[in-house]
Amino acid sequence: MKRKLLTGNAAAAWGARLANVDYVPAFPITPQTEIIETLAGWFDEGALKGRFVTLDSEHSMVTAAASAAVTGVRVFSATSSQGLLYASEMLYAVSGYRVPWVLVNVSRGLSSPVTLEADHNDIFALRDSGFLQLHASTCQEALDMVLMAYQIAEDVRVRLPVIVNIDGFYLSFTREPVEIPDENKAREFIGEFDAHNISFRANVPLSHASAVLQGSIYSYFRYEHHLAAIQAISVFNESAEKFEKMFNRSYALIESYMADGADYVFIMIGSFATKAKEAVDMLREAGSLTGLLRLRMFRPFPEEEMKKLLKGKKAAAVIDQNLAPGKGGVIYTETAAALCNEKEAPFLISYIGGLGGRDITAEEFYEIEKEMRKAAETKKPPMARLLFSEAELEAVRKLQGIAGVEKKNEQRKN
Amino acid sequence: MSKEKIKKMRDIPFERLLASGTAMCAGCGALEALHQIYDILGKNTVFVNAAGCMTLLSVYPFTPFRGSWLYTSMASAPAAAQGIRDALDILIEKKRIKPKDNMQVVVLAGDGSSYGMGLSAASAAIERNLDFIYICYDNEGYGNTGQQYSDATPHAARTSTSKSLTGFQYYKKDIFAIWAAHKPAYAATIIGSDPLDLAKKVEKAKNMKGAKLILALSPCPTGWTFHSNETVKIGKLAVETGIWPLKEYADGKIVHTKIPRERKPVEEYLKIQGRFKHLFEPQRNDKLIAEIQNEVDKYWGHYNH
Repeated sequence: MKRKLLTGNAAAAWGARLANVDYVPAFPITPQTEIIETLAGWFDEGALKGRFVTLDSEHSMVTAAASAAVTGVRVFSATSSQGLLYASEMLYAVSGYRVPWVLVNVSRGLSSPVTLEADHNDIFALRDSGFLQLHASTCQEALDMVLMAYQIAEDVRVRLPVIVNIDGFYLSFTREPVEIPDENKAREFIGEFDAHNISFRANVPLSHASAVLQGSIYSYFRYEHHLAAIQAISVFNESAEKFEKMFNRSYALIESYMADGADYVFIMIGSFATKAKEAVDMLREAGSLTGLLRLRMFRPFPEEEMKKLLKGKKAAAVIDQNLAPGKGGVIYTETAAALCNEKEAPFLISYIGGLGGRDITAEEFYEIEKEMRKAAETKKPPMARLLFSEAELEAVRKLQGIAGVEKKNEQRKN
Repeated sequence: MSKEKIKKMRDIPFERLLASGTAMCAGCGALEALHQIYDILGKNTVFVNAAGCMTLLSVYPFTPFRGSWLYTSMASAPAAAQGIRDALDILIEKKRIKPKDNMQVVVLAGDGSSYGMGLSAASAAIERNLDFIYICYDNEGYGNTGQQYSDATPHAARTSTSKSLTGFQYYKKDIFAIWAAHKPAYAATIIGSDPLDLAKKVEKAKNMKGAKLILALSPCPTGWTFHSNETVKIGKLAVETGIWPLKEYADGKIVHTKIPRERKPVEEYLKIQGRFKHLFEPQRNDKLIAEIQNEVDKYWGHYNH
């Protein structure tokens, strides 16, 4: 084990290296590119044995990745944002191949307008793709989640590909101290790749992903897929236990920070949860019983765990770094669905913030805490909130003024 | 000594490796070609399929193939060929499988995929000199959805999206030339109605490393509107009129493997297909027929020195 300052991208690449991957099909996209550059370098210098190949698109990249996995090798790839969406046809298709491999997505907001900075609309657009989803909030976790992802994906009860999500810029380009596990121990943790009954070999014919012509056969495969995905809850817990024993870091499906015994909780995902932690510390100091729940696994959705952790809370604020136009936040919706039959469920309030890398400030967390308290007192939760300050609006207006947007609108009217 | 063993009709293997009873239409020109191709390639093959008519060959839990099959998507079959080829190479290099477990990777795609949506993935695979065979069965339209025009549709053909009296207004894309421009190991046009020419070319492709195209014009009874017992006749006429040149690209050169010295008028090919009926009925459209003839004459003008 060694300790190094690594970006989230480098940490994710280290995860793939320690998993001893055979094959990396790639395509560059900001802010992910450092991952594939790092891996390409390791293949070149022989630290990794196998093959690195750049495809013509993410759609092709995902096809090559899954096809190689069907043939029987351990595969890693990475993408981001528009790339993830460009590949989305294949992500849905190849999760049905029922072969394990790991894809890192470095979250970045979607067009339009085009941006490079982080939010979770890319990864949540793929929430029903059939891939499992793990979300990291630190560079250390980026590495560790890649390792755990291989173990979960390759487990015979699961046999599904996994996306590990890290936030663009906030993690991808931020250096943090990361403990790099010992190579042999990492290999012992994951084990040799076992293709089980899926591989292409001469004289062992296999027809894979064939067409079906009946709803009942189609349903059979889709239900199998769903049931396997649900198995990943207990497989994650087993994997986390093994991981803790070997590497001394403990990972729960949902990270609970000061949430035990709290009356109010923030519910979040990804790197911005670290901002919430700081806010929780300050609120605790001021005497507020506030905590944080941070989903580490989003697919399968750890519903029972969420119900258990929210039981008896007075109010919970879901802060979504995504926006489904016309509906609202994705995590809010899913959390509300989990709670709908619960007797001691908290009031649930929806906040949208952090889109396109926009900061969520400490003051906003304090304000949210106030609203949670008020909701519990008045038994009336407020409408969903879109976080945006007057200062921001002013800044946008100022820019528009410089560009003469108002003037142009006036001209158009005339 | 040349690796090629097929010189005469009697040298062609007749194994019937591809089982019958598939969902393909009676008289399918693509299936006619595939039967012959498969007998030469053999069962140590993995077919990587792009969305199209042939996707319905393997319908769970049945397959007519003795070897393997993977369905992918309309746009990315060559990328799957890359993944499988790379994975097999890695497994052999790392001694996790034996060299005898190796397989030939074969893309099976229609013209809709090959001429259009899948072209980026194919171009990139050729550029990487991927060791694979690419079979395009070209029935000159989106056949599986009811023959809408594609990039492969010939001038003036009536399709379900070009129903006017003049049919399809553009010209067939020259995918062979596009492949040849990439300098692949090999590219050839074939047709099911010429078994010897087909067999020689497929055998040649099988014995070469690198990217190889087998482009099969595939007369389509339902899409082109002709009786299913006329597939062979139409195939022969496509060659005899010069509409479908049988040729190959290797070592930077294009060679015609069959040059119709006395080309039949294109009319003979056109008039027996429903998709060109509007050129003859209710009134003969001499202008359009001449345009088609002119294109063919222009093509062969380059080669008849």
